[in-house]
Amino acid sequence: MGLKYLRTMTPMERRRAWLGLMFISPWLIGFLLFYLAPMIASLVFSVFDFTLGAPDQAQFVGLANWNRMLLEDSNTWEALSVTLQFGMISLPIGMVSAFLLAVLLNSKHLMGKNIFRTLFYAPTMIPLIAAILIWSQVLNPHTGWLNRLIELFGIQAVGQDGLRWLDDPNLIYIAYTFIGLYGIGNAMLINLASLQGVPTEYYEAAALDGAGWWGQLRRITLPMISPVLFYNLITGMVGMLQYFIVPWVLNRGSGYPEGTTNFFMVYFYKQAFTFQNMGYGAALAWFIFCVGLILTVFLFSSSRYWVYYAGEGQA
Amino acid sequence: MSALAKRQPTEWETAKRRRTLLIRAGITLFAVVILSVYLLPLTFGVVTSVKTQEQASDSRAPILPADTLQFEYEGELYDIYNVPTEDGMQQWALVDAGRRSSEFVDTAHPEAGLIEWEGSWRTLDPVRELAVHTENYPEAWDTIDFPRLLLFTMMYSVVTMIGTLVASSLVAYGFARFDFPFKNALFIVLMSTIILPPAVTLVPTYAFFINVLKWGGTWWPLIVPQMFGNAYNIFLLRQYFLTIPREMEEAAMIDGAGPLRTFLSVILPQAVPALTAVSLFHFFFAWNDFFGPLIYLAGNRQQNPITVGLTEFNGLYSSQPQLILAASIISMVLPLAIFFLAQRVFLQGIVVTGVEK
Repeated sequence: MGLKYLRTMTPMERRRAWLGLMFISPWLIGFLLFYLAPMIASLVFSVFDFTLGAPDQAQFVGLANWNRMLLEDSNTWEALSVTLQFGMISLPIGMVSAFLLAVLLNSKHLMGKNIFRTLFYAPTMIPLIAAILIWSQVLNPHTGWLNRLIELFGIQAVGQDGLRWLDDPNLIYIAYTFIGLYGIGNAMLINLASLQGVPTEYYEAAALDGAGWWGQLRRITLPMISPVLFYNLITGMVGMLQYFIVPWVLNRGSGYPEGTTNFFMVYFYKQAFTFQNMGYGAALAWFIFCVGLILTVFLFSSSRYWVYYAGEGQA
Repeated sequence: MSALAKRQPTEWETAKRRRTLLIRAGITLFAVVILSVYLLPLTFGVVTSVKTQEQASDSRAPILPADTLQFEYEGELYDIYNVPTEDGMQQWALVDAGRRSSEFVDTAHPEAGLIEWEGSWRTLDPVRELAVHTENYPEAWDTIDFPRLLLFTMMYSVVTMIGTLVASSLVAYGFARFDFPFKNALFIVLMSTIILPPAVTLVPTYAFFINVLKWGGTWWPLIVPQMFGNAYNIFLLRQYFLTIPREMEEAAMIDGAGPLRTFLSVILPQAVPALTAVSLFHFFFAWNDFFGPLIYLAGNRQQNPITVGLTEFNGLYSSQPQLILAASIISMVLPLAIFFLAQRVFLQGIVVTGVEK
C-alpha cells in the first residue's frame, strides 16, 4: 500500500490505518531512536576526532578517520582478515555439523528421537560464558580431556609439547570452532524442521530410480532445504562479523597467540571503549557495516544459483 | 478366530524384521556415541568441579575425583603409596622422600618403624579413594557472591521481558491485523534490523547515554532500549496472530469493544504459546547478555550480571579451575532447568522464526 492509496481511502480504512500506526508506534519510535538516528550520528561522528572525556574539543577532520582506517592503519585490514579467516574455517564446520546432526535426528531408524533432539540442543542453552570457561579447561593441554582422548588413539597430545589448543597460532581457530559447536543448536533445529517438511514421495520416487543414500541427499535433500541453509549462512555470517565474546573472555582481547585473535570487534572495542575514540570507533563501525552489507548482497545474488524456492515457478 | 489369520511369518519376513531391528540399534548406538562425545566437555566440567585444586591441576591425576589416602604416623599425616616389595605389593606411607631411596612406614605394621626403600618414589602410584568434593560449590557460590549477581541478572531479565513482551505484542498485532501506508516496506525494515550489526549504532548511543543522560554505571541504558520491542519477537508473534481466526475479534468489535480491548481480551489469551516462547527467548537473551553490561556497567562492577561476574572471576581465580567450573555450572542450572521444562514451546518458536522467514 503506497501513497496513492491514501487519497482513495474510506474514513473507516483511514481510521484503521491510524490504529495500525498506533499499535506499531513503540517499534517506530524505538527504530528512530535506537537505529536510524544513531546510524546517521555514527556517520557524522566518523568525520570528527574526539574522545568521550572531552566532547567540547571535537574537531571536524573530514575523511581523515576513513583515510587512516583504510590506508594507514594496518590493524584494520589485519582485524578484518583475522575475522574472515576464522569465519572461513568456523562457519563451514558449524554448518556441516548442524546439517549432519539434523540428518541423524531425522533418520527414520533412530529410536528415542525427542530425547536425542533435546539433549543435542541442550548445550546451546548453556550460557555462553560458562561454555567458554568449561571449554577452555577441556582444551587445557595438561589436564583437559580432549588431549587425553586424542592420546587414546596413540597420538602424543598431553603436555608441554602436545597440542596446545589455545596457545598455538595454528590450532587456535580450530579450538574456537570447537567452542562454537556449543552454539549450533538453532541451526540444527531449523535444518531438522526443514528436513521433516520434505515430502517422502520424492525419496520414494528417487529410490525407484535407483538413487542411493548419497544420491538422495544430493539430488533431493540439499536442494529442498537450501532456503534454510541459506538462512543459516546469512545469520552465521552476520554473527561471525560480530565475533567478540570468546576472544574477550579467553584473553581480554590481547590478540594472543601472535595476534591471531585480533578480531574486528575486538579492535573496534579497544578503539571505541578502551581508548574512547568516538570518531575513529564510529568509522570502524561503519566499515564493518559496509563489509556485512557487501557480503549480504553477494550471498543474496549468488542464491539464485543454488537456493531452490519451491513456490517460485521457473520462468 | 480362524487358523489362517494367525499364520506364521515367513522366513523372509523374519529376516527383514531382524535386519530392520539391527539397523535401528546400529543408528541409535551411533547417535549415543556422537552425543557422548558432544557432551564430553559438560561431563568434564561436572567431574572436575568436584575435584580438589591439586587434582584439577595435575595432569597425572585420575579421571574421576579421588583423594590420596593418608596415614597418621607419630602425629603427622603421610600419603600412602602402592610399593612393590619382596612380599608383593604393599601399602606404605611415605615419610621421608628422597631422590634415590625413601623412608616408608608399613600401614599394616607401623610399630615396625621406618623402612628404607630403594628407588624413586615418583614412579609409585598413590593409593586413592573416590572423593567427591561438593564443598567446591558453596565455596564458588560465596566467592563469586552469586546471590548479588543473580539479583541483578534476574532484575534485568524480568523487567526487560515484561517490556519487550508488551511492546512486541502490540507491534505484532498492528502488523498482523491493520492496513496502513508503507506497511510492507516498514515490515522489511523491521526484519532487516535483525542482520544490522549492532556496532554501527553503538558509538553514538553509548555517547548519548554516558555523556548526555549520565547513565554510565547504571542499568538504564540496557533496560530502556528493550521497551520498544524486538524484531525477532515481533515476527514470531505476528506469525502466530495471523493464524488466529478473525471471527472472534469481529464479534468483540460488534459488542462494542475497542481495538485495545479486543487485543487484550481476545487475541492475547489465544496467543499464550507464542507469548511463552517470546518470554523464554528473551529470558535466555538477557541471561546471556554480555556486551551491553560490559560497556555500560564499566564503572560499577558491583552491579554486574552473572556473565560479566563470571568472566572477572575467571581472571582472578585462574589457578583454581575447580571453582571456575563450579561457578560456571551454577550459572547454567536455571536456564537448563527452564529449557527442559518448557522445551516444546521453546523449540517450536525457534522453528517458526527460522523456517518461515
